[in-house]
Amino acid sequence: MAAFDEMLPETTGLRRPYSAYDRWLKEQDPGRLTQKMEDAERVFRKTGITFAVYGEQEASERLIPFDIVPRIISGQEWRRLALGIEQRVQALNAFLDDIYHRQEILRAGRVPKQLIAANEAFLPEMIGVRPPAGVYTHIIGVDIVRISENEFYVLEDNARTPSGVSYMLENRETMMQLFPELFQQIKVRPVENYPALLRQSLAAVKPKGVEGTPTIAVLTPGIYNSAYYEHAFLADQMGVQLVEGQDLRVVDGHVAMRTTEGYKQIDVLYRRVDDAFLDPLTFRPDSALGVPGIMDVYRAGNITIANAPGTGISDDKAIYSYMPEIVEFYTGRKPILGNIPTWRCSEPDSLKYVQEHLSELVIKEVHGSGGYGMLVGPTATKKECEEFAKKLAAKPANYIAQPTLALSTCPIMTEKGLAPRHVDLRPYVLVSDRIQLVPGGLTRVALKEGSLVVNSSQGGGTKDTWVLDD
Amino acid sequence: MLLGRTANGLYWMNRYIERAENMARLVDAGLRMALTRTQDASEEWHSVVISAGSDVAFTQKYSEFTATNVADFLLRDTSNPSSVMSSIETARHNARMVRTALTRETWESTNEAWMALKRMLARPIDQRDLPSVLDAVKRETALIRGSLFGTQLRNEIFDFAQLGTYLERADNTARILDVKYYVLLPSISWVGSTLDNYQWESILRSVSAHRSYRWVYEAEYKPTNIADYLIVNARMPRSLTFCYRFILEHLNFLCGDYGTRHASHATAERIHAMLKVGSIKDVFDAGLHEFLGNFITENTRLGDQIAEDYRFY
Repeated sequence: MAAFDEMLPETTGLRRPYSAYDRWLKEQDPGRLTQKMEDAERVFRKTGITFAVYGEQEASERLIPFDIVPRIISGQEWRRLALGIEQRVQALNAFLDDIYHRQEILRAGRVPKQLIAANEAFLPEMIGVRPPAGVYTHIIGVDIVRISENEFYVLEDNARTPSGVSYMLENRETMMQLFPELFQQIKVRPVENYPALLRQSLAAVKPKGVEGTPTIAVLTPGIYNSAYYEHAFLADQMGVQLVEGQDLRVVDGHVAMRTTEGYKQIDVLYRRVDDAFLDPLTFRPDSALGVPGIMDVYRAGNITIANAPGTGISDDKAIYSYMPEIVEFYTGRKPILGNIPTWRCSEPDSLKYVQEHLSELVIKEVHGSGGYGMLVGPTATKKECEEFAKKLAAKPANYIAQPTLALSTCPIMTEKGLAPRHVDLRPYVLVSDRIQLVPGGLTRVALKEGSLVVNSSQGGGTKDTWVLDD
Repeated sequence: MLLGRTANGLYWMNRYIERAENMARLVDAGLRMALTRTQDASEEWHSVVISAGSDVAFTQKYSEFTATNVADFLLRDTSNPSSVMSSIETARHNARMVRTALTRETWESTNEAWMALKRMLARPIDQRDLPSVLDAVKRETALIRGSLFGTQLRNEIFDFAQLGTYLERADNTARILDVKYYVLLPSISWVGSTLDNYQWESILRSVSAHRSYRWVYEAEYKPTNIADYLIVNARMPRSLTFCYRFILEHLNFLCGDYGTRHASHATAERIHAMLKVGSIKDVFDAGLHEFLGNFITENTRLGDQIAEDYRFY
């Protein structure tokens, strides 16, 4: 299965968005480029842009490999993507509001009731709660794959606490340090205002009754969390406090942080702690990462939690397969960005098909993330397939299956020169009283030849993503 | 506005950076002694271990005070919480926690110090490399201090960082003096003798003051002058008085910023007053050991009080 290469497709030759870059690249001395690759690694290590890998004692802090060849998207391509993403994000928020209130989409029979009621990501505690400004999912990372010149699909909606945006920003920063001349020659739309937009966006959804500028904080599980670097980075860039559960408590009906001068009220909390750990009085009682009683403050409308608790019901992989219906139900239009065809193994006919075509499909856990617990049929061994088949037979409703798509490729720089590798794209969307996207996102790339798994926890790398100002 | 946890992190980050630096200096002084004296090297190393406050932990692990054992324990051993490696680990751990309060330069110099020393201290140190390793520790910690001084805003963040530095430093200087106090005590034998000269020099060397001493006092080492230098002299950057001058200054800044005066201010003032002795002779008369022991206890109490007053926990 030949993949579409975004720089140099076999049939049509060099694509236009890459023409200026290609001209520049041909003038470069290969030795200098190798040197730049080493420089890049040093920059990342020095800055401490690392992530933790669970279960690996030795390499407890690792770098995500960075590739120096940018992934380039034309302005026109981006405009189309942006429209599709905005439409989708609008639908996600409308769906969440509906699901926690009148549940009209269930009454209309467009999404099965069972899928919601029996879903762990659905929080009964959120029924009837209307978050400040009516926004549920404030920060969304929409994973998009491309398979040809004009075919883009949404692979996944990350509507809980999408990570990786710090890499988008640091990748650009690093590229500008390494190749300042490139940015003189090629007009690339900037991404560096993301933290400022995030701050404005969070401030715009402050609770009613908060006069003036609200106090914003980022809630992190702490320095051992795999994305701690990002939490610190975002707090720093926004100029807000980075807090942990141990810093917070409920004081006089508000959430407050312990400062050197006593407790100070927080109005908007950008939390990077999962729902289950948010409030030991409401959710997991053993959680030390959250704030006892924060849900009461939330229900009383005295704090904004971004993203709202319970948003996971919208990015669940079982719900994903209904996204085309969901988009149409709430926006009244066909989705601009399509879904990848998905077999729900909970349905007997689909299960049968999946079981018969195991070696051709990608099978994912409904609640999984990060590339764990999935089977990539075409590259799996016979033994892996057999083992997976057993798990599938035992709990079919736990799985969905998708065809193995020929994800587009982009060249990466290797010791032997350019070599194509599969990529995906995660643009970041901010929702407040409006929807905002920074042009670009995080391009994840599978560094192993032929591999389709781009997750950083599975050996994937990243690239700077350019949206051209054309 | 600063989180109590962040103030705590800044305080300990800087205490541990200071500790790493002092530890290197202590080993350096020990090494110097071992090189210049043919006998009694093990006694010298023992004294270094006591000054480092690691006597008990050391003897649990080793039976002999050799250069190799002591250097390994004080520089590399991560089971020793005050070794250079442990200190740098803890400092960086705290720096990561308070990263949003640090300038890019301060964070990067801390992170780079950690990377460099982790590499350098990964394997047992060859005796031939010991001087260059000690230099590297002093250089890396100096770079962190340089970034801190050159780039950090002089606000509460800087105040808590400096409080950590000076409390640790005062504790350290007092301990070194205390371990060696008997060397300084007047006795018949040192009248007109140079017997203890090398011991006196070792004390000064442990606080990097063997050259500057001569700029202030007469060329010859005198126990009373040495004690005066390390306790009373307000311009010697590692003296107890110097440390307390700055501890008070930073507490006063915090008092001004927050508009609140805490119990820790009174404690710091009391300690500062205790250091204002008419003459160093008074200290000797009352007992140097008692004086230093009391100082160390009060200094520790101040640390606890600061943690409480500014809600570190």
